Amino acid sequence: MPAPTAETATHGRNPELLARTLGWASLGLGIPQLLRPDAVDRAVGVGEGAKQRAVTTFVGMRELTHAAALLASSRPSKWVWTRVAGDAVDLATLGRALKNHDGKKLGRTIAATAAVAGITAIDFYTAVRGSRGKGATVQLTGSTTIRKDPKEVYEHWRSMDKLPEFMTHVDEVVVRDDRISHWKVSAPFGQTVEWDAEIGEDVPGEKLTWSSIGDADVKNAGTVIFTPAPGDQGTELHVFITYDVPGGKLAEALARFFGEDPHQQIDDDLRRFKQVMEVGEVMRSDGAPYGKKARKEFPQRPAHPMSDKESTEVAT
Amino acid sequence: MKALVWQAPNKVSVEKVPDPRILNSRDAIVKITSTAICGSDLHLLDGYVPTMQNGDIMGHEFMGEVVEVGPGVDTSKVKVGDRVIVPFPISCGSCTQCLRGLTSTCENSNPNAGIAEKMFGHPCGGIYGYSHLTGGYAGGQAEYARVVLADVNAFKVPDSLSDEQVLFLTDIFPTGFMGADMCDIQPSDVVAVWGAGPVGQFAADSARVLGAHEVIVIDKEPYRLQLAADAGHTTIDFDTNDVRSKLLELTGGRGPDKCIDAVGMEATHGSVPIDIYDKAKQHLRSETERPHALRQAITSCRSGGIVSVVGVYGGLLDKFPAGAWMNRALTLRTGQCHVHRYVPRLLEIIEQGKIDPTRIITHRLPLDDAPNGYAIFKAKQDNCEKVVLKP
Repeated sequence: MPAPTAETATHGRNPELLARTLGWASLGLGIPQLLRPDAVDRAVGVGEGAKQRAVTTFVGMRELTHAAALLASSRPSKWVWTRVAGDAVDLATLGRALKNHDGKKLGRTIAATAAVAGITAIDFYTAVRGSRGKGATVQLTGSTTIRKDPKEVYEHWRSMDKLPEFMTHVDEVVVRDDRISHWKVSAPFGQTVEWDAEIGEDVPGEKLTWSSIGDADVKNAGTVIFTPAPGDQGTELHVFITYDVPGGKLAEALARFFGEDPHQQIDDDLRRFKQVMEVGEVMRSDGAPYGKKARKEFPQRPAHPMSDKESTEVAT
Repeated sequence: MKALVWQAPNKVSVEKVPDPRILNSRDAIVKITSTAICGSDLHLLDGYVPTMQNGDIMGHEFMGEVVEVGPGVDTSKVKVGDRVIVPFPISCGSCTQCLRGLTSTCENSNPNAGIAEKMFGHPCGGIYGYSHLTGGYAGGQAEYARVVLADVNAFKVPDSLSDEQVLFLTDIFPTGFMGADMCDIQPSDVVAVWGAGPVGQFAADSARVLGAHEVIVIDKEPYRLQLAADAGHTTIDFDTNDVRSKLLELTGGRGPDKCIDAVGMEATHGSVPIDIYDKAKQHLRSETERPHALRQAITSCRSGGIVSVVGVYGGLLDKFPAGAWMNRALTLRTGQCHVHRYVPRLLEIIEQGKIDPTRIITHRLPLDDAPNGYAIFKAKQDNCEKVVLKP
């Protein structure tokens, strides 16, 4: 998948080493919390009492669990996510302590909160780097039926340079020769990624495969199978695409949170392909005038005609 | 231009909006000469159809004169200057569903198919002025409207027929006709129609034209029942009668052979506690429909009969009489109307004078008065049956 080694080299720091260090930090923090909870409570200025002591002892036990996981695992970076979760709990607890603070040694509590926030940032960074190094492969499948014969549907797809007409993220495909094409694709969070793709299997009217070659920003591969649909209904199109998510599962989850669901997008891409083949172009409405540039399903712009300004924006 | 826009539940207003423009090469722009408020617009007004947005132009029953066509329009089908009616569902004319005549389930005309699919399992086609679920198309309660894929979706009408004679070909007449058509009517059939609104009136007239032995119309508004009686149909007032006993009495104990639900999701029940029960559930969003008419149609229908549903439903309903439906071998048929396939046949029926669509018009208002039109139609004030708007 996409040159993870090159990635790691540029960014230096090995996430596994960093994760192991965090394991030692958990051990260093957990032992005093378990043995001398009162002293720890005084140090962070949250006051002494049975409640505070119980919380600190619990946090100490949890830190030792982190330490065990991080120090014993052959790939500790994946366990750093448990620390991130623990950090979130700690920040919430300290937040409550700040809110209900009696004012005595408030500075210490603020300092402790700042320290935990800093640690959270390191944990998060390590966890993300760890996930990213491994990469996450997304597998997408989609299918549609198009009322044209398999040969015609195949030829439209095989030309490759017509794919940007209906594929939401594909900005441009430049055909270099009969087998090689260059792809420019917009990725989540405003990034653009590029690669060369090479045709693999090519059976006119039946099957087409391709995969990225060389130093691709996002390594990917695709297969399309064209089969006759029952009766006079044309062609069943079955698409399989795999690609490596830059930023791993976390980036995928974040992208989905902001309304970019790749599974939804392949379905929408295929609907637009069907429109192009059957109607001649991608359908637009006043509420959804964006054609293939549509990203968010709802809310949309209101279903009334666009002003000149909006119309210019949609066109570009 | 001016247009009637939805702003919030129970809030519509005539506002100035930009003029429509060509978005796809096969679009046309129509200068609207007549448009109407549909009973299903009341479901939008009341806020029961999801995905409406502030600023959406309403209206899916409109006709007018073509003033502009896109470069891709087949001008042998439609050209500038033509007087056309526009069916409310948008058909692409080239997918398998459209070619089979199921144009309201067009596979290409809904740019928001992804939203519709989440609601319905599979997407439905595009509809003008009927939420973003059906495409987010601007509607026709306006001075101008964009007609999508105009060479498939604009039907020329003869000058010998007035606007009021052909306007309802856009929706309610074919919808009522399809309600009767789905009943597969035989000469011995007694057909019962729930709802004496515009669709119910046309369903009843169509059942008669299709050869039913007798047509019974059920409602509670005296003026609506009178309208049906004037057209020669038998009527039942559900406010003063037990519908089931009355139907048994009128059919020699058999029950109506075919039943048409021309009411849909916002039915009123004769029994106050049951009505309150479903209204409460609807408000709590634990069901989206108040399906009294449908329940009663199923339990009343003669065994082996057909229950044909043209009233609009949008989501989930409750207490569906599955036992009656299954054990008594009933057939349930439904759909948004496939208007395109009925237009030529119904034009003929109008020209032959077999059905007079103008008989239901009670109010003619300028577009500026549209909010008032909605208010009286919803409240059934002033004997309101059908409002036609003149932009």
